[in-house]
Amino acid sequence: MQKMPQWADVILVPLISLILAGALSALVILAIGESPYEAVKIMVQGAFGTTNGWGYTLYYATSFIFTGLAVAVAFHAAMFNIGGEGQAMIGGLGAALVCLFVPFPHWTFALLGGFGAAMLFGAAWAFIPAYLQAKRGSHIVITTIMFNFIAAAVLNYLLVNVLRPTGGMDPATAKFPEPTHLPTLHDMLLPLGIQFSKSAPANVSLIMALLACVFVWLLIWRTRLGYEIRALGHSESGAIYAGISAPKVAIISMLISGALAGGMAINNVMGEAERLVMNSVEGAGFIGIAVALMGRNHPFGVLLAAILFGFLYQGGAELALWTSIPSELIVVIQALVILFTGALDNMVRMPLERLFLSLRRTEP
Amino acid sequence: MDFLTLLQVLDSTIRLATPLLLTCLAGLFSERAGIFDIGLEGKMLAAAFFSAAMAFMTGSVWLGLLAGIAASMALSALHGLASITFRGNQLISGVAINFLASGLTVLIAQAWFHQGGRTPSLIGGARFEQITLPFALGPMDAEAAGLPLSKLIAQAGPLQQIYSEVISGQTILVYFALLCVPATSWLLYRTRFGLRLRAVGENPAAVDTAGVSVVGIRFAAVAICGVLCGLAGAYLATALQAGFVREMSAGRGYIALAALIFAKWRPWYALGATLLFGLLQAVALRFQSIDIAGIPVPVQFMDALPYILTVVILAGFVGKAIPPRAGGEPYVKER
Repeated sequence: MQKMPQWADVILVPLISLILAGALSALVILAIGESPYEAVKIMVQGAFGTTNGWGYTLYYATSFIFTGLAVAVAFHAAMFNIGGEGQAMIGGLGAALVCLFVPFPHWTFALLGGFGAAMLFGAAWAFIPAYLQAKRGSHIVITTIMFNFIAAAVLNYLLVNVLRPTGGMDPATAKFPEPTHLPTLHDMLLPLGIQFSKSAPANVSLIMALLACVFVWLLIWRTRLGYEIRALGHSESGAIYAGISAPKVAIISMLISGALAGGMAINNVMGEAERLVMNSVEGAGFIGIAVALMGRNHPFGVLLAAILFGFLYQGGAELALWTSIPSELIVVIQALVILFTGALDNMVRMPLERLFLSLRRTEP
Repeated sequence: MDFLTLLQVLDSTIRLATPLLLTCLAGLFSERAGIFDIGLEGKMLAAAFFSAAMAFMTGSVWLGLLAGIAASMALSALHGLASITFRGNQLISGVAINFLASGLTVLIAQAWFHQGGRTPSLIGGARFEQITLPFALGPMDAEAAGLPLSKLIAQAGPLQQIYSEVISGQTILVYFALLCVPATSWLLYRTRFGLRLRAVGENPAAVDTAGVSVVGIRFAAVAICGVLCGLAGAYLATALQAGFVREMSAGRGYIALAALIFAKWRPWYALGATLLFGLLQAVALRFQSIDIAGIPVPVQFMDALPYILTVVILAGFVGKAIPPRAGGEPYVKER
């Protein structure tokens, strides 16, 4: 018997969690002597008031869609992929290598080539933790955390010692050649007669991210593999009894997860920086955790949550610019969202379930 | 590398291993009771900030220490609330705590001190002093001889060099951390509380049947974890360095987590593992690149080595690390 209607589970629980997180964040702003109302006004104006703000919001959202989907796919198989950060870093390496060393004639080829390489590298980085979890029983959370640090060390070594152009001062690759530069939303919307900010970094990767949402929805709910992933996530022993090879499905779902996390490189590495820098991921891998929890592991929820976090990131940057509130406020909000939607889920859910049960008892 | 350089590396090994050791033992208590704790990093960071802030405002390092422990225990209580009371996902709770600490420390530091997310430098009584053990060469001897301490130690005999450079001249938290190892071992393996704590991590239903409160034991374990993380954080900000800077825990909580697995959740092994990881940090800090048998080893490899070693151990190719059986599972009492 379901304890409460589905709409309450899908909409009400996340909404209440979000309100709790928002209320606590407002208290934090009050405590450091600023006005929450003014802060929200600056954030909304900064993120949605201009096409430039929109451009940044959507740019951040694009990255978060990829990492959020990555965490969500792994969650469906009951695995917690905390290594999106490392997989995205290595995915960036893949995209950078292809852009630097393959002479692409046109940006469409570069997009597909870069996307493929980024996904391949991301999946490869997820493979070892996945294999160790499935075959040797080592905990995926610990190994993916370790692989985040190893990825940072690998990238640091390659950027400082190998890929840095001669005479370059900062640890970064050379600028990618002209044909690999992806069109921004400005370039794409101009033929339609829409004036979009030229300086904003949102680019064609947004479309790839939306396609990835559709792909994940089809995969999880419309394919045999998706069924096996969900079965494994619900009950490992049940899945094995149904003839599903648990290690195989676990490894495949982690490979897809790693590929999605790696795939975000087309946005930040190819679309924005147009070269590989040290800290290109900027924590997007971790934000994916909050996005997946918030979006209830559903691609549409992930999309909405990613736009919400895109708004928080762009709004937070504006806040740091115009007030004395540092952008770390966003990290606090992110922590509260993870706390309430993930860890303290039962705190919101239990009273609601009791409420709905008592409502149902009085009905007939 | 001469003898004195070796001693200096060992000296900084002990200084760098101390926060790892305290945090590793903190994680040991928590995980042995069946509560996974990824939030070690965040607790350490919060403790580092509040100890530095309190020590700066009161001028007393001991009050700072208390504030650090209190901050760390508050986060521990949150972790306990989420993972014990509300049976939430312990890993997600830990992740949230890390972000909470990382954001809040900078936010509050900026609001209180307006120095870009750090505390002012601590001086005098706001820091832990280095203790000169009896018969060791210390700053007093150096002053009497009119020479810098390093010169004075260089002139001494090898035994005195080891004693003065490595063993003496550490802060009190270093000696306390080392004492924690036998104390933890005794508490876990020689007391009734320790037996129950270990049992709660392996088979909570059995403990419950015996009439002992699973929730109570787990909360106690999480509280001890909070105290030890608090000590580690206070050590970072008031002994190892003079004040708080943003993200000063710098992944030490995760290295401690790695050390805990490396040590197979045992106290004496934890000492070995943290000393090894401390040595790696000390070597990476001192030398930019090292040649081993003619092959240059990049410093990034030294940074990554603790994590690589942990993955190898986890893979079970070199001995097997078996975590507490009930780890990560919320306990639901049967009705």
